[in-house]
Amino acid sequence: MSETFWLIVTLGALTYATRFGGHVVLSRFKRINPRLEAALDAVPAAVITALVAPAAFLTGPAEFIGAAMAVLLSFRLSMLSVVVLSTGTVALLRYLL
Amino acid sequence: MLQASDSLTEKAEFSDGIKAALPVIAAAVPFGAVYGAAAVSKGLSLFEATFMSAAVFAGASQMVAVDLLATPLPFWTIVLSVFAVNFRHILYSASLGRKMHRFSPVQKALAFLGLIDPQWAVCEKRALTRPLMPSFYFGMALPLYFAWMGSTALGAAFGKLISSPEAIALDFVLPIYFIAILMGFRDRYNWMPVVIISAVAALFAHWVFGPPWHVGSGAFAGILYAAWRGKPADQLELTPENGEQL
Repeated sequence: MSETFWLIVTLGALTYATRFGGHVVLSRFKRINPRLEAALDAVPAAVITALVAPAAFLTGPAEFIGAAMAVLLSFRLSMLSVVVLSTGTVALLRYLL
Repeated sequence: MLQASDSLTEKAEFSDGIKAALPVIAAAVPFGAVYGAAAVSKGLSLFEATFMSAAVFAGASQMVAVDLLATPLPFWTIVLSVFAVNFRHILYSASLGRKMHRFSPVQKALAFLGLIDPQWAVCEKRALTRPLMPSFYFGMALPLYFAWMGSTALGAAFGKLISSPEAIALDFVLPIYFIAILMGFRDRYNWMPVVIISAVAALFAHWVFGPPWHVGSGAFAGILYAAWRGKPADQLELTPENGEQL
């Protein structure tokens, strides 16, 4: 089997481990350290920001405008509308610029 | 008599679960299709894209994996990145596990396979007013699971037909999707400073060391700040004492 196949198997097992692991491990503690909880809470925002920042700021003007638009539209619209409108804007700006 | 009413309740719980799944399916199917199309455009086969939806069943993690697969990164870098994105599940399962008194060990083990974000949120809410039943849980989880796989396969099949994904900005759907997810977390404590610090650190690492170091450096800087900053006591969510009230 290919490396991609084994990567997917590993990712599946890993995801399941995090979904089961919290119940198995953390439920045995009476209290979670506030600093640990604050750090865990910050994980999704920190990881996603780190992934997205170069793509948003360093790709080009069309991509930067599309990313900024996604931020602003997220205050009002559903996630799906944000994705459709912002991606459409990037496509249009690439055509125009 | 008792058995009859029990099975009736079970049916009602199951159909309640299906009803809870419907709006989530409406929102998830387009994203499953987008994921499928993105996966194929990044070089995965239709089988691999669909198999990942079946094995991982986590939208954001799959998007990250597919995004990183396109760049030649070491196996364990991808695994670690996905682990980082998955970390919130540990808190979900710690919290919801305490509300699964009616689940057998096997039911628990199966249930955690389907613990995606909306499943967690809906079940926490339901547990406020009544015991969380396995029939409700699986009534919601099963349709979601098959809708996610089906929409992935459709997206992957359709994505193959698109000859130039750049023209409709399909290559930039992932960053936009991540920004929308990121904005969904904006009410969380410390969100703004964490985002700013992670962004600055990621851009700096991207400039100095180049990819893929921006991912780990940016994430680490934001997480370190959050740990240093801590959390006021009234913001704590998942400790056992107030966890029961969630």
